[in-house]
Amino acid sequence: MTAASGRSGNVAECRVTVAHMEVALAVVATVVVTGLVGVVPLWRRRRRELGSPVDRATFQTLHTASLAAPPLRAGLTEQAAQKAGRHLRELLGSAAIAITDGERVLTWDGAGEHHKGAALEHAAGPMAAGRTEVLGPDVVACERLDCEIRHAVVVPLTTDERVVGTLAAYGADVSAGLVRAAEEVGHWVDAQLQLAELDRSRTLLMEAEVRALRAQISPHFIYNSLTTIASFVRTDPERARELLLEFADFTRYSFRRHGDFTTLAEELHSIDRYLLLQRARFGDRLQVTLRIAPEVLPVAMPFLCLQPLVENAVRHGLQDRAGPGHITIIAEDAGADAVISVEDDGVGMDPDRLRAILAHGAPDGESGPEAAGIGLGNVDERLRQVYGDEYGLRIETAPGAGTKVTLRVPKYRPGVAAV
Amino acid sequence: MSTAYGLTAVSLVVAATVLIGMFGLRISRTTSDFYVASRTVSPLRNASAIGGEYLSAASFLGIAGLILAYGADMLWLPVGWTGGYLVLLVLVSAPLRRSGAYTLPDFAEARLESMTVRRVTSVLAVLIGWLYLMPQLQSAGLVLRTAAGTPVWVGTVLVAVVVTINVLSGGMRSITMVQAFQYWLKLTALAVPVLFLLIAWRQDAAPGLGGDAPPTFPERTTVSIGTDVTVRVPAPVTVEVRGRVDGAGRAGPLTLTAGEHTVARDTVVTFPAGAAVPHVADLPVRTDAEWLRPLAGREYPMYATYSLILATFLGTMGLPHVLVRFYTNPDGRAARRTTVLVLGLLGAFYLLPALYGALGRIYAPELLMTGRTDAVVLTLPGRLIGGTLGDLLGALVTAGAVAAFLSTSSGLAVSVAGVIAQDLMHGGVRSFRVATLLALLVPLGLALSVRALAVADVVGLAFALAASTFCPLLVLGIWWRRLTVAGALAGLIVGGGLAGTAVAWTIIGGPPGGLAGALLAQPAAWTVPAAFAVMIGVSLITPRSVPAGVARTMVRLHTPETLAVDRGTWHPKGA
Repeated sequence: MTAASGRSGNVAECRVTVAHMEVALAVVATVVVTGLVGVVPLWRRRRRELGSPVDRATFQTLHTASLAAPPLRAGLTEQAAQKAGRHLRELLGSAAIAITDGERVLTWDGAGEHHKGAALEHAAGPMAAGRTEVLGPDVVACERLDCEIRHAVVVPLTTDERVVGTLAAYGADVSAGLVRAAEEVGHWVDAQLQLAELDRSRTLLMEAEVRALRAQISPHFIYNSLTTIASFVRTDPERARELLLEFADFTRYSFRRHGDFTTLAEELHSIDRYLLLQRARFGDRLQVTLRIAPEVLPVAMPFLCLQPLVENAVRHGLQDRAGPGHITIIAEDAGADAVISVEDDGVGMDPDRLRAILAHGAPDGESGPEAAGIGLGNVDERLRQVYGDEYGLRIETAPGAGTKVTLRVPKYRPGVAAV
Repeated sequence: MSTAYGLTAVSLVVAATVLIGMFGLRISRTTSDFYVASRTVSPLRNASAIGGEYLSAASFLGIAGLILAYGADMLWLPVGWTGGYLVLLVLVSAPLRRSGAYTLPDFAEARLESMTVRRVTSVLAVLIGWLYLMPQLQSAGLVLRTAAGTPVWVGTVLVAVVVTINVLSGGMRSITMVQAFQYWLKLTALAVPVLFLLIAWRQDAAPGLGGDAPPTFPERTTVSIGTDVTVRVPAPVTVEVRGRVDGAGRAGPLTLTAGEHTVARDTVVTFPAGAAVPHVADLPVRTDAEWLRPLAGREYPMYATYSLILATFLGTMGLPHVLVRFYTNPDGRAARRTTVLVLGLLGAFYLLPALYGALGRIYAPELLMTGRTDAVVLTLPGRLIGGTLGDLLGALVTAGAVAAFLSTSSGLAVSVAGVIAQDLMHGGVRSFRVATLLALLVPLGLALSVRALAVADVVGLAFALAASTFCPLLVLGIWWRRLTVAGALAGLIVGGGLAGTAVAWTIIGGPPGGLAGALLAQPAAWTVPAAFAVMIGVSLITPRSVPAGVARTMVRLHTPETLAVDRGTWHPKGA
């Protein structure tokens, strides 16, 4: 009875994997206990009778796949690829496999490690075309006579219909079976990556929501504004009063809770108040030029997505210099899109550093360009969330060459409306 | 009109258009006038821009020509083209603005939440745009021929090229200022000459149009024929001919017997004063008294008139280049104010073509013989006034005409290219370039290959197509909760199919005679009700495909922006 239930329990576990893990554990425990009680020979006999060879092969395959799944659920990273690579090679039964993300070789598992450098070249075709490619010795083979890496099957890995990487199986030769297997494994990896992508977007959304609510107005700005206003209270009470009202309006807009979207016109008004307060502080050092096409003023856009760009420009434009800094804000009509750019002529930034900050965020408490990068990253995330990846921020910068941040906003997108 | 003046006018307008397109109007401001820089477009300026883009060659040249040929019935064209904005004002403008849609396909998607409806709408918008562009290009050929004597195709190709360059260089891309200026340029180009024309007419003892005879040549008149024509001569008349008449080359006096004669192109015929004007075969011969009376113009006048009224009143809301302008309004209220102002501006403009038509009947009746009645606006200043002043006024009118088809064609080309690039290709700058070429090459090919119809007639067909498709979609979409995806699709396909067939038949084959001809030449009276009936009927039998978010959409469409109500929020996919 126990052994029989153990068999069916194990099969079920492999079919449904994680969900029945607990059941499976219980069954395994029962089996172990039964063995301890002294029915080991019986158990061994039963084990041999677990099914036909085909059944056992299926069992083995499913088990290997279940081992490869958890690392992949973290997305296509180096760590995940290395952990999963071993199991994937086992699944394919090839001499070696390589996983790339189109820019780097994430892992090489198996024989012929010296081919690792060429894996990226092999991946280029499927990366661009999104189709499986079979490569012959003319492309793959090396001079070593004992090297069994002579053929390759390279399968693209896709998420959301976008090629994100490749999986390559290497061996002495390629059979139709291996091609088929590689493709199937590729699809399976796709599904795992898709799940990873889902997890990631859910987390990102929550993060972005929280950040949008809290981190928009920097405490420095509030402190500096109030100090500036305080300095006018005696000398120019009228101006101090005006600035205080502007400050109140600015915070009212920034702290508002309702609606995810606003219009470009409202966003620009808020920026005007912000610049008014900043100019009270910096005086003539801050120069601003605007070129706004009135046609795009009613365009709906995510709430507070221009503000961080201007804040960033002010910081960059005035940092490390005594002379005036110049900021240019341009909003143009481009058919079905509106194109908005914020440009400063300040210190600029190292593009690689900026990329790193945008991808991972800067450590807390850091100020300067890195802190500004967080604002940009937030805007970038929100734009991509709402409009899709092709609507992310475009940043042109280099050390000493100023920074220009451009964003595109479609004039219409279902569900996006400023209320 | 002397060629030099005409050419100067044409090149000035073309050069200005291209330059503005390339360099744009770049006005930079400093923060001190932030509120000026970020002020939304005022309703008056926006209304002028709509007028500038809307008043095409059909309005500028076509109406006067049709009035000259057919008389009082044709007054319904300007009335309808203005009245369309009344329907737009009452039924569409504010809810459409509140929907947030930029183009018609956007609205279809927002209201019906269906990509299929969006696709069908896109295809229809492109077809209507092409149909509207074709006569613009054709009349460009006519204008250049009248102004500079070039073959007809030269002007057509020239304008297509200018518009292509202009759109590709990013110019005219909804630059409100430029389009608003175009309206006032067109108004001036018609209003100033007409003052001089009326003074000249008074000095000429103000001849009337009440006579019981068809028009006659007021003085000895030389007519040069642009294309091969068949004319009906009412009574024998002795003329001077240089060219080919009835297939034989002539040079010298010739007596034309009563009846039909063919005159080859580039033939010059000189008629004595007082001779009755031979009419081209497909124009009706009317006495001036008949010309003044309504319902005496074409065959089946009662049907044709009502059909025309229906097409123009309901078609305006479906023109792709008009609706994108409403997006510039900050809210629904501003959209309504803009529409009211458009009504006023168009009303003022449309007073003028009728005057040209009537004066043309008196002073340029030979156009009835050449068949090119669209040229009446261009011909009159030189005919009545003469001298340098006449040349200058002629140049002004020519400039206005060039502005008319350049602004309308650019607006249409941008709209059509936008729809092609976004909905029928995969978007992006490259797609937009290819789409721009497509948007202009197709109507250019049509304009060169299809026989020349009166510009206002073809534009009228574009209105009929819009009225049979987008009018039901917009009106029912905005005012009827039970509209379903299936209903909308069926209505669009039936309305578009019926009207499209009629349009193709009329343009390619020419309408057959009799009642069938009238039905095909003015299809709106039967295609619009058919489209409405199908859309309502199919919606009623498919109640399950009512879009899920209809209640929220309706709240959004109909609640003034100032009211704080829950209009629903955006949820990203997968969250």
